[in-house]
Amino acid sequence: MNIATILDMAAEAFGDRVGVVCGKRRLTYAQLRERAHAAAVAIKAANAKYVALLDVNSPAAPIAIFAAAYAGVPFVPLNYRLTRQEINELVDRVAPAYLITSADYQPLIAHRRDVQIVLRDAFLDLPIAPNAIEAGDDPRAVAVQLFTSGTTGKPKAAILRHENLMSYIVGTVEFGAAGEDEATIVTVPPYHIAGISAVLSSTYACRRMVQMENFEPKQWLDACRREQVTNAFLVPTMLARVVDHLGDGPSDLPALKAVAYGGGKMPLTTIQRAIKLFPGVDFTNAYGLTETSSTICVLGPEDHRAAAGAKDAKIARRLGSVGKPTGAVEIQVRDESGRVLGTEEAGLVFVRGGQVSGEYLALGSQLDADGWFPTRDRGFVDDEGYLFLDGRADDVIVRGGENISPGEIEEVLMTHPAVADVAVVAMPDEQWGEGVAAAIVLKSDARATEAELQELVRGKLRSSRVPQRIVFKSALPYNDLGKVLRRVIRQEFSAS
Amino acid sequence: MGVALKAGARFKSAVCDTQVMVIKAPAGDYDLCCGGAEMIAPTAAGSGAQVDPNHAGGTLIGKRYVNADESVELLCTKGGAGSLSLNGTALEVKQAKQLPSSD
Repeated sequence: MNIATILDMAAEAFGDRVGVVCGKRRLTYAQLRERAHAAAVAIKAANAKYVALLDVNSPAAPIAIFAAAYAGVPFVPLNYRLTRQEINELVDRVAPAYLITSADYQPLIAHRRDVQIVLRDAFLDLPIAPNAIEAGDDPRAVAVQLFTSGTTGKPKAAILRHENLMSYIVGTVEFGAAGEDEATIVTVPPYHIAGISAVLSSTYACRRMVQMENFEPKQWLDACRREQVTNAFLVPTMLARVVDHLGDGPSDLPALKAVAYGGGKMPLTTIQRAIKLFPGVDFTNAYGLTETSSTICVLGPEDHRAAAGAKDAKIARRLGSVGKPTGAVEIQVRDESGRVLGTEEAGLVFVRGGQVSGEYLALGSQLDADGWFPTRDRGFVDDEGYLFLDGRADDVIVRGGENISPGEIEEVLMTHPAVADVAVVAMPDEQWGEGVAAAIVLKSDARATEAELQELVRGKLRSSRVPQRIVFKSALPYNDLGKVLRRVIRQEFSAS
Repeated sequence: MGVALKAGARFKSAVCDTQVMVIKAPAGDYDLCCGGAEMIAPTAAGSGAQVDPNHAGGTLIGKRYVNADESVELLCTKGGAGSLSLNGTALEVKQAKQLPSSD
């Protein structure tokens, strides 16, 4: 079992179809395979233990993913937004390596003899392999290694084996399902699990990939129009920026049929506005983790329509749900002691299935004896199986033994007309151990006092939920994929 | 003469273009045929024989083929003129649950 089979099948059945578009460069599936074979020869000759990529999106990303698979070594994309020191610490962990980069990032990499650096243009222009290359078939071989952005300490190296990724693809994507006119736009960086799964899913569906180096709303809209993009995946902040950019104007994307989103919590106001702005578009919420080879639950287009138009509160709230398990995995919610909870009972979310690796280099498998992986996300399931997430287990505020979820307090604060953004975190408290604190960004020219915001929460929730401290900020800290950095905010409250 | 079907193992037809990859199968020996002839290792030479007209339904690339209880599942990685059978019983196409594109 090998993810190279995905490209072999696409090249076999749809060899002449364009598979990747990046700027003026276009590659058919047959050309993509030819390039991957060429790169595999170079990787083998380099005696590398890893194929690393330190670069923005380009055809080098899919070529490197498949070339590593043909060559039988793991693909390890590195985050090009890290500092020079952080990048070199990761390079040290993957040496000896064959490292693909571009002129923009090469100066960040310290010279060392056990890392062969290849510039992107040279990598895309390697000599054609003399013979076709047969990929290995060990299902336990590691296909991809991703460094997760750990909150403390060194980044963990999550490993995804060929069997995990193939289980995900074969279990959730129909081979060759895309029509010749279909194209998906890829804006997530190659070092994110969504960037990996975009390559594998699109190639297996034989849906043309339109790559963007960096996300910017106007460029995204232009690329969608120019390439007649039919499908898109966005993280919530990207969709919010597209929605803001459009204002009340028409989206003017007649080809766009489907938008999937994931990678963080989608604000209700954003998805509601997006549904109005793109009336003919199918929206899908995809929930997944690095350790689960991407998507494990989906809230599909029908669910979105039903919830958006529902008077029944139980159905309407599903717009804030991540949907149901895909069928390739099972979901369970447990309490702290491990007891499996019933519907509507909030606890810790566990997942099981062939695509779930749940494994880190050096730390080993995190699966329990029955194969369940603790996602460390909190949530509950409703009586029809829809999963609702309620933040990370690490973000729960424990006030005098009572577990308080930041999410419910944030939702209330967001209903205030002056509030543009909010993050609720724990702060040290002598009496309760932890107390509730809120960092709030007000809309420009809008005003609200600490007392009136506290009163708003007191009126909607129990008094224990009322933030004992509120600070007003001009912006909240986010990572480059739009996840709010609670750790940074927590540190500010601890320090003050 | 049976073969073990280990997850990830690949086989090709001796009499047509069909190739398959094992997705899952319980341990044991199986009689895996395509076009009426036993399937062979992907690097082995074909027999040159014709597809048995009784096993000429064909395979389609990308389809998953399963036995009655779906304990054995094969992915067709290359289509051909022969049809698949396991221990003398024809394998069926697994009906895939249609999911919206999520990435």
